[in-house]
Amino acid sequence: MSTSLLIVQILNGLQLGVLLFLIAAGLTLVFGVMDFINLAHGVQYMLGAYLAVAFCALTGSFLAALMLALAATLAFGLLLEFAVFRHLYDRDHLDHVIATFGIILFLNHGVKLVWGAAPLSLPIPELFSGSVKLADGLLYPVWRLVVIGSGLVVAVLLYVLVAHTRIGMLVRAGATNAAMVSALGVNIRRLFMIVFGFGAMLAGFAGIMIAPILSVEPGMGDTVLILAFVVIVIGGIGSIRGAFLAALLIGLVDTLGRSFSVDILRLVMAPSPARTVGPAIASMLIYLLMAVVLYVRPTGLFPAKGR
Amino acid sequence: MSASLAASLPRPRGVLLAGTLPACIFLVLALVPIMALSGGSYLVSLGSRVMICAIAAVALDLLIGFSALISFGHAAFIGLGAYAVGILSAYGISDALVSLPTSLAVSAAYAFLSGVVCLRTKGVYFIMITLAFGQMAFFTASSLAPFGGDDGLTIAARNTVAGFPLLRSDRVFYYIVLLCLLGTYLFCRALVGSRFGRVVRGAKENAVRMATIGFDVYRFQLATYVIAGALAGLSGFLLANATEFVSPAYMSWQRSGELIVMVLLGGLGSLDGAIIGAAAYLLTEEWLSGVTEHWKVIFGPVLVLIVLFARGGLIGLTRAVVRRFSRG
Repeated sequence: MSTSLLIVQILNGLQLGVLLFLIAAGLTLVFGVMDFINLAHGVQYMLGAYLAVAFCALTGSFLAALMLALAATLAFGLLLEFAVFRHLYDRDHLDHVIATFGIILFLNHGVKLVWGAAPLSLPIPELFSGSVKLADGLLYPVWRLVVIGSGLVVAVLLYVLVAHTRIGMLVRAGATNAAMVSALGVNIRRLFMIVFGFGAMLAGFAGIMIAPILSVEPGMGDTVLILAFVVIVIGGIGSIRGAFLAALLIGLVDTLGRSFSVDILRLVMAPSPARTVGPAIASMLIYLLMAVVLYVRPTGLFPAKGR
Repeated sequence: MSASLAASLPRPRGVLLAGTLPACIFLVLALVPIMALSGGSYLVSLGSRVMICAIAAVALDLLIGFSALISFGHAAFIGLGAYAVGILSAYGISDALVSLPTSLAVSAAYAFLSGVVCLRTKGVYFIMITLAFGQMAFFTASSLAPFGGDDGLTIAARNTVAGFPLLRSDRVFYYIVLLCLLGTYLFCRALVGSRFGRVVRGAKENAVRMATIGFDVYRFQLATYVIAGALAGLSGFLLANATEFVSPAYMSWQRSGELIVMVLLGGLGSLDGAIIGAAAYLLTEEWLSGVTEHWKVIFGPVLVLIVLFARGGLIGLTRAVVRRFSRG
């Protein structure tokens, strides 16, 4: 019983980790390459979920909704880059924070205006509904496995893209020294735009995939954004590999902490205070982890080279 | 870089403007309850709220504007100060002579403990680690089941001062808040102008050079961080008394973000700017939320436009306008 619970929670942790990776990948690239703090990355994730719900209602097919929502988040990311962000690249970090904070306010309430404040839900595609039997007495929803799988596939694709293609080479070079890349004759503005649009699309993809599990509501991007920042800071800014490992670490620590903190604390203290203290410790566990990591390694676990 | 250096140097021409602006601000603030004499308790309480926020914003400006330490967890110190009042009064201790020093001490202590760790990091890592400590305080507060947990804690009555119910009257409370703001402002101004402040500002421009001259930059920054934390604790003490309620929401990261926006809105590195920014933010919020329920849809793009077109915040904007007119 206890081992099966452990396995389920590990899978849940992996699923959260994969989700965080999809969001953190774009965030860390935008940050690493352009030195741009994009707080509005979380609303891209929220937008992906909302668009998936809207397109699914329109077309009736999850696959069509997925494609349309991906295209729409990409287009929206490019639009934001074109209209606002490209004017801010050579500004202070603080200007980034305030402008993207404004965009968060706008979009969080914009979706409320368009779709209402009540949470929406997206049905799980029929092909992947139901549960699969992993072991005796251990059922696990298929869709969650699909989320984990698709996240891992994206991670592999991203690795190939960044490590073995020309554009990936430029991105890595840009993360190390953008001015030098520009001086060598690469259109850095276009590179920025591609990275930004791609990052926005990844965040949108995360939102679409998670929409059938979570309720789709305004502000759903905010918590995830903070977690994604924790991930990229622990992983080392600009490092995809760091983001991947840190995302899995955070996903597992957070999920396992939440499910087992009370039980573990009961070993050392009375049940009633354990029930009070447990959830608190579980919620702050990842922040504690981040503080410790930064104390020991002030630039994260896997800092991108040259930074 | 050169612009911020120029801003930190003494400006003989700008002295008049630098002196009159804060005087005007405090004069207006002092006149609010008098102008609102006819049934304006709403204005008085709104004014108190603005000034309480302004205290925290001035403290944050000390960090962001003068030391380049972008703290994303400043709301935690406000919350800690407020919780000190709430928890003490839950135990029946409701005198400001006890709760005010406790608020300041709790916030300062947390600032010291977190600062020791945070100040090891730089730049974005500093932003994120202060956020982490802010979140830890937030989750601790929401798990305090005996003191309301997520729902917060209602305070039976405002603090007494040495046994006298001085804070009960909204108008008296308003002027006490005004005095606190004035004290904070003058204190920060003196601090910035002192030798201590010059070291901190020097470290903002070039920490390595400052260290080479022989200053232990870390200690100076830690002291600044603790001072800013304690001042935010003062703001929290007043906030708890103003609302007679404390809640974990006071410490949420959105609150910290709002504080940064206030400071930026007013203009970095000018303490009057922080007050103006806090007032502009809260009054715009109040006004727009009266116009439409979806005020944030308007407010968000306004922020973006300010960043794009009004560099240096409202203070920068007024300076530019004044300069244009004074040149004729």
